[in-house]
Amino acid sequence: MTSATVKYLFVFLLFFSGGKGFASGLDLKLAKTGPNDTTTFRSPFFDDNERCFICHGQNRYEYTNENLGRQVRAMMFSERVVDRDEFYESNHKSFSCTDCHSSDYIQFPHSGELRMEQSYNCIDCHGGDDKFSQFSFESIETEYHESVHFKLGEEGFSCWKCHDPHEYKINIRNSKNISETILYDNNICLNCHSDFDRFQLLSDREEINILKTHDWLPNQEAHFKSVRCIECHTRINDTILVAHLVREKEYAVKACNECHSQNSMLMSSLYKFQSKEQRKDGFFNGIIMNESYVIGANRNQYLNNLSFFIFLVLAGVIAVHIFFRIKKKH
Amino acid sequence: MYLYPKWVRLWHMLNAVLMLILILTGISMQYTGEDMKFLVGFEKAVKWHNLSAAFLTLSFIFFVTGNILTENGRYYKLKKQNFWSDLGKQMRYYSWGMFRGEKHPFPVSLERKFNPLQKFSYVMAMYVAMPLVIISGLGLMFPEVTINRVFGVSGLILTDLLHITMGFFLSVFLVIHIYTCTLGSKPTSLFRGMITGYHDAGDH
Repeated sequence: MTSATVKYLFVFLLFFSGGKGFASGLDLKLAKTGPNDTTTFRSPFFDDNERCFICHGQNRYEYTNENLGRQVRAMMFSERVVDRDEFYESNHKSFSCTDCHSSDYIQFPHSGELRMEQSYNCIDCHGGDDKFSQFSFESIETEYHESVHFKLGEEGFSCWKCHDPHEYKINIRNSKNISETILYDNNICLNCHSDFDRFQLLSDREEINILKTHDWLPNQEAHFKSVRCIECHTRINDTILVAHLVREKEYAVKACNECHSQNSMLMSSLYKFQSKEQRKDGFFNGIIMNESYVIGANRNQYLNNLSFFIFLVLAGVIAVHIFFRIKKKH
Repeated sequence: MYLYPKWVRLWHMLNAVLMLILILTGISMQYTGEDMKFLVGFEKAVKWHNLSAAFLTLSFIFFVTGNILTENGRYYKLKKQNFWSDLGKQMRYYSWGMFRGEKHPFPVSLERKFNPLQKFSYVMAMYVAMPLVIISGLGLMFPEVTINRVFGVSGLILTDLLHITMGFFLSVFLVIHIYTCTLGSKPTSLFRGMITGYHDAGDH
């Protein structure tokens, strides 16, 4: 009997509900979200950038076609649309568009050659700069070069596939809400891995059904909500906050007790920079319990000790009882 | 005397096997380590625990239904009258009287299958701990139906604490239950009774 069958066996017995009811299965394309930006940021380049956003800030744009002698309304190619709000909440919010893109873009219509412009990579700006040393971009690059994603470089894979410079915002380091961080980070993976159109741009593989390939995972939905994809699909690196060495699926973590144990690997991945609080009210890996609960990893030291003590007392009482039974030949 | 009808023996046998599997797999999950597979590996433990829990739930429903539909249920009715003093008498017998050759204060009969201590512990185990362990187990098996937070604490943590605490009490109950079952006229006679259905008149 499979675990799924066991679940169904329980369904008709189920009389316990916390009010949320059954989830109707995981919607892989999760709602777009991220930590709320509380700053009221006003870019010094707001007006300059608006010259780009006026067309690229939404799906529809409008221009004067001098040849036709009239206004033309057209749809902007979705890959060329940049959401203003997301940009001004992103890590690069203080940038001018022309910091990264050619200033020739100011001319409209844009020259066709500009489409061939080579875009920067993270390391072009962030590498070798003490200001960014805490982020260890060089180590991240080394890891990326060893990852399965780097092998897709020929097909056009780059840092931007995961970290869209127009909207990416650093997450785990500042996160006070791990659930939101997990959702945000997993959406980065799902952006390609659950969108076959995008996936096809980089791979000739057949469409992957993530729910099916993770069918073996008990309480699949709970896992998807509680950990990031990279928890299992990267090699942990102590020197950087977020591991970037994405490995082949054969190397993915499958042994439950790598997380479900006192030495849970989650403490060196998802909860790495929050793990100073090792114990919380006697619970091992207590920091996990702010957001989640992991069987095996969050057992309580006090209850453990109490249970051992009770069993020892019980064994002692039984031993004494047996002793007197033998002595009295009862 | 014929004290244990077939359905009770069948249920008891099934319940015993399932409880043993559940306790062993439960301990395996609770104390699993990164480098050690405590008793059973975590993955196997989860599968066996879930499967056994499903059967235990069915077996529990069978037991409760049986007790409602047959006269077996009357043995589990606690009475207020002399409740504490009867418990005391039985405790005194186990800890003192039996070593001095005293007569059993509550001899087994068709009207009284359990002594007061037995009755109390069986009621606590079957009508308090079992429902709680099943309900909390369902909450862990279907975490999506568990209340997210209760007074700022994760509902899953509370559910799990309730589950492992009840599981622990049932484990303690099991050890005491097995030991007290060796207190018959011979250490094996009460066990034999649960197989044949007949209780030796000399047993307590």
